[in-house]
Amino acid sequence: MSIGPRTADVIVIGGGIHGCSTALHLARRGLSVIVIEKDYPGRHSSGVNAGGVRQLARHLAEIPLSVASMEMWEHIEDLVGDDCGFVSHGQVLVAETEAEMDVFRARVGELNMLGYTHEEMVDARELKRLVPAVSDTCPGGVVSRRDGFADPFRTTQAFRKAAIAAGAVFREGVRVTGLVRAGGIWTVETDAGSIEAPKVVNAAGAWADRIAAAVGEPVPLEVIAPMLMITSRVPAFIEPVVILRSRKLSFKQFPNGTVMIGGGHLGRPLRDRNVTILDWVKLSASAQTVWELFPVMREATIVRAWAGIEARMPDDIPVIGPSRVADGLFHQFGFSAHGFQLGPATGSVVAELVATGRTNVPIDAFNVGRFSN
Amino acid sequence: MLKRLSEALPAAVTIRVDGQSVKAAAGDTVAAALLAAGIGVFRKAPVGGGARAPYCMMGVCFDCLVTIDGVGNRQACLVSVREGMEITTGHGKRSVSA
Amino acid sequence: MRDGTMETWDVVVVGAGPAGLAAATLAGQAGASTLLVDENPAPGGQIYRAVTETPVKDKRILGADYWSGGRLVETFVASGAEAMHGTTVWSLDPDRVLGISRGGKAHLLQAGRVIVATGAQERPFPIPGWTLPGVMTVGAAQTLLKASGILPAGRTVIAGLGPLLWLYAAQVLRAGGTIDAILDTTPRANWIAAASHAPGFLLSPLWRKGLALMKEVRARVPQFTNVVSIAAEGEGAVRAVTFKIASGLERRMEVDTLLLHQGVVPNVNLAMAAGAKHVWDDRQCCFVPVLDDGFESSVPGIHIAGDGAGIAGAWAAEERGRLAAIAAVRALRPEASLPDDQAFRQLLSRHERGRAFIDALYLPPASFRVPEVDGTVVCRCEEVTAGEIRKVVALGCEGPNQMKAFLRCGMGPCQGRMCGLTVSELIATERGVPTADVGYYRLRPPVKPIALAELAQLPAGDEATKAVVRL
Repeated sequence: MSIGPRTADVIVIGGGIHGCSTALHLARRGLSVIVIEKDYPGRHSSGVNAGGVRQLARHLAEIPLSVASMEMWEHIEDLVGDDCGFVSHGQVLVAETEAEMDVFRARVGELNMLGYTHEEMVDARELKRLVPAVSDTCPGGVVSRRDGFADPFRTTQAFRKAAIAAGAVFREGVRVTGLVRAGGIWTVETDAGSIEAPKVVNAAGAWADRIAAAVGEPVPLEVIAPMLMITSRVPAFIEPVVILRSRKLSFKQFPNGTVMIGGGHLGRPLRDRNVTILDWVKLSASAQTVWELFPVMREATIVRAWAGIEARMPDDIPVIGPSRVADGLFHQFGFSAHGFQLGPATGSVVAELVATGRTNVPIDAFNVGRFSN
Repeated sequence: MLKRLSEALPAAVTIRVDGQSVKAAAGDTVAAALLAAGIGVFRKAPVGGGARAPYCMMGVCFDCLVTIDGVGNRQACLVSVREGMEITTGHGKRSVSA
Repeated sequence: MRDGTMETWDVVVVGAGPAGLAAATLAGQAGASTLLVDENPAPGGQIYRAVTETPVKDKRILGADYWSGGRLVETFVASGAEAMHGTTVWSLDPDRVLGISRGGKAHLLQAGRVIVATGAQERPFPIPGWTLPGVMTVGAAQTLLKASGILPAGRTVIAGLGPLLWLYAAQVLRAGGTIDAILDTTPRANWIAAASHAPGFLLSPLWRKGLALMKEVRARVPQFTNVVSIAAEGEGAVRAVTFKIASGLERRMEVDTLLLHQGVVPNVNLAMAAGAKHVWDDRQCCFVPVLDDGFESSVPGIHIAGDGAGIAGAWAAEERGRLAAIAAVRALRPEASLPDDQAFRQLLSRHERGRAFIDALYLPPASFRVPEVDGTVVCRCEEVTAGEIRKVVALGCEGPNQMKAFLRCGMGPCQGRMCGLTVSELIATERGVPTADVGYYRLRPPVKPIALAELAQLPAGDEATKAVVRL
């Protein structure tokens, strides 16, 4: 465990999709990278999320990153040598009432004014065509046609593999215990010895607040455990990913017929034990919703349920960008249960930032300083 | 291929399997009743479609799944027969299977 | 409870085999509010299955050991503890909340302490054709006999190793049935290993009893020893078994029923899903929980008794159940009147003593634990073969949980019960590392699939949907 290089151009703390993506892009820029991951890539959020690849319904600030990422998703096999199980049948946000339609219409109008066209309003007829299983009473919704889903564990592992092929070194099962800067160099202490680099990326997910605190930059990170369930195989009945905002439900059917049910209900995380405790009462509410809305699901059984350990920021958008207090430290965490799709492009942006000191993609809204007002 | 011990003359219960009447013994599990009645295939494996029947008879193999009284994916080895029970196997009929 | 509050019990015992019955009896007698939950229609677990209801009334057929289980049930019924039969436990969490399902309805229960006594299951026996109808475990056949008085008809072959083979064969013969052959996979080397571990065991009554059983069976059933490979053949059902013995002899026998058995291993799913730490046991080649001397696991308040704590047989299971119950009740009610544990510990020691010999003699050969033929199905639910797993390891997959990126192995309804041990050992063999380093599937509840409809109707509290994350 203590073999391998002890110095690099950049140390990336955290081997989730974001850490792996950043490592890949840095390595392709010719920089030497060491990724330190306390478990293995995909062990947490990145590997156990619902796999949604979505531009739909994002916070405005995230849209540029999301659109840039979508371009990469559509060529993911060229990027990482694996199609990552990405399928694109669109994602649909279903409105159940006219009031919801009004809200959606206003939003789509706002996006259009800003030059974004990925979200389209659909009427009841088009909604029914896209999602035949939905209730006839739904007045319509919003569709983002290029969206879809991928296999999160496979994707994270593919980014890891591609990063290694590009020259990145992964130290897995190694935990960071401290970091200290002196003379322009970071010394990152781990339980397998220390490693040095002039630049460090904090992509430590639900543990990123500890890295930030260690350099004197505390952040209000909340550890959450979003829950998911997967069913037995059901005859194919739905192609796009379906979201019902007011019902707290997200819903997708895989090519093998199994159906994944999510929606953001939270379990209890115990982050120091890598353990989550499921809340069956809340899962029951999700099951109830599915049972009411999709009669074809009534014969299904829940085969597995789980929750990931994720980081959430108070404003539900991530922290991306340089540290305000420490030179040569860059943050890339806090994706608040919707970071998967952003992985490919965020890694590219952070790599650019680390290598050149700047990026054209607007990331000011994500600056770590926004919490200390 | 199975047969009942001659000394085991239990109270008979009639169940229906894929529309046919089948005599079972009170105290049989659905799996035992089907096997004793010569029903050797319970379902088709979902990936390759191969025939499957009970392997463990104790609820760990999940190969004995049948529909009982309208509820699918029930482990036949864990359910006791009842007079008038309706059982549908996954064999010879397209069904939702685990 | 429609108002959302959960039923609460001091002690919930999961599993009504010898450990569970003994544990619940002691806890009930000590005055703790005790609930015994079991998914089968009647108590007894596997070894004493249907002991209160079996149609096989002639006691000589099943034997005295089986009937001794009846005493356990009687004592339980008189103990003051309550029982829920036909009830599946699909979830247990570190807070000791249990999710149960009975009569098509799901509920949550809160326990002060939990004793997991879910016992053992048969070790997977992956041979080519093992998924064919007509191929079953010896335990399955024995369950059919005990619970329904059903015997194999037609041509029947038993294959594998372990005391259950001989017990079942004797029971069939006593009941007037026939067995056409026994294919014994015990390698010669095991005899040497066993004798060196515990030469004294050869003089024990337990061994003499075992020898008598073997003699009873061998007198009427042809036996092939040192069998090194077995395959089941047929389309849609098993029609023949082919096998090879160490000398090189190959045979093919037509069969209607092929019964397999190569020992039992702990049934770990509920305990692992609750977070109990397990480690690889080199002697028994399975995963066993880490326990203290009160049989408490690494999850405070959750005890594991019986064969689930490591295979030691029915009598040891009873004593472990009692010791776990003493520890559990003492933790909840220090003032409770509890028996002294010394006698139980002594009995337990005695019952565990013979294990070294049995474990060594009946350790299945590696070639039957890790299939050599690439086309052999390893994951029955998703039909993943040994060859596919080998390929994935060659691509860099290091363990059973990382396999998800490549295969659906272990992701079916059985939750790895039929493939977990095979996969862990297969990956270890391919990587050239100890199985302890490879680990096991990460298991989560529900440990048995739960119908969407049932989950939807779980009694809910007032604020069923609190904090929700904006997706």
